Amino acid sequence: MHRTYVKVLEDVLDANGTIAAANRADFDRADVTAVNLMSAPGAGKTTLLERSLRWLEGVRVGVLEGDVASTLDADRIAHLHVPVVQIDTDPGFGGECHLDANMVRSALPSLPLDELDLLVIENVGNLVCPAEFRVGEHHRVMVSSVAEGEDKPLKYPLMFRACELVLVNKIDLLPHLDFDLDRYLQNLDAVHPGVERLLVSAKTGEGVEAWREWLVRAATREAVPA
Amino acid sequence: MHELSLASAIVDTVERHAEGRPVRAISLRVGALRQVVPESLEFYVEIVGRDTVCEGARLELEVVPALLACCGVEWEPPSFRCPRCGGGGKVVAGDEFMVESIDVGGRSTEPNRPKEDAACIART
Repeated sequence: MHRTYVKVLEDVLDANGTIAAANRADFDRADVTAVNLMSAPGAGKTTLLERSLRWLEGVRVGVLEGDVASTLDADRIAHLHVPVVQIDTDPGFGGECHLDANMVRSALPSLPLDELDLLVIENVGNLVCPAEFRVGEHHRVMVSSVAEGEDKPLKYPLMFRACELVLVNKIDLLPHLDFDLDRYLQNLDAVHPGVERLLVSAKTGEGVEAWREWLVRAATREAVPA
Repeated sequence: MHELSLASAIVDTVERHAEGRPVRAISLRVGALRQVVPESLEFYVEIVGRDTVCEGARLELEVVPALLACCGVEWEPPSFRCPRCGGGGKVVAGDEFMVESIDVGGRSTEPNRPKEDAACIART
């Protein structure tokens, strides 16, 4: 049987990349720095944002909340009196386990981009898919909690390699866990040598100031590598 | 779940290039660093591809091993750290995720027809 080949030679995620570039252009036009915050479910993304976005000196912040369902996280962020938009992937996006560029694009008209300096995009909790889908962000940051175990960088290298900053959260739990922090950091360096990391506790506030300073630098586009 | 999202992206890509012709085979290059489970990807392409030009298409998947380079040496993961300088290696291979080609030739409208059937029909 004869075969008719059509050459495609196209990256599978090209279509997403095109929309991500359009989002990025919108962010740049409005002079907004976009940070894509990723983690496993329950790593503490929202709690960390509650801790860190309050009184962020001189920086006007907005938040885009990604979840499969519910507005629980958006409600929590709304208490900070910052503009927040919830994207639920369940209705309309097939319950996707991550945000993609198109979902973010659909939410942009609801955000006052011209009045913002920083947009934090809190991705759906998942250690795999969000790493594959760029949404137009300038920076990718992940939260990795010590409760998840020290082997996670080795198991999910795609995610740990995708981000430029790792927030090692829940360090207040270290005395109660069989978690070897040195081994974790070795594992992190094995998959992403030299990646910037901050040890934080969203609960006690330890280390959060350094993360806030990172956000301010990112928002003012100073000294944070793009 | 990862593979489901990627399967949708594959089917979208193929649909744009097939121009309505039924697709017999999809040739795909996937780097080992993409953490894709081939069986899972095949399963989801079959499901997502239903009622599209991809219905019944065979997935020809080539997994490209990961290779890193730094300081004139090349090595394979799991470590991404250069054995000489300790820095991060550059990914030489293993990052790809590309639809290379599709086969849109000579398939009847019935998907996945076994070869024997095709031969039977040819004889009649």
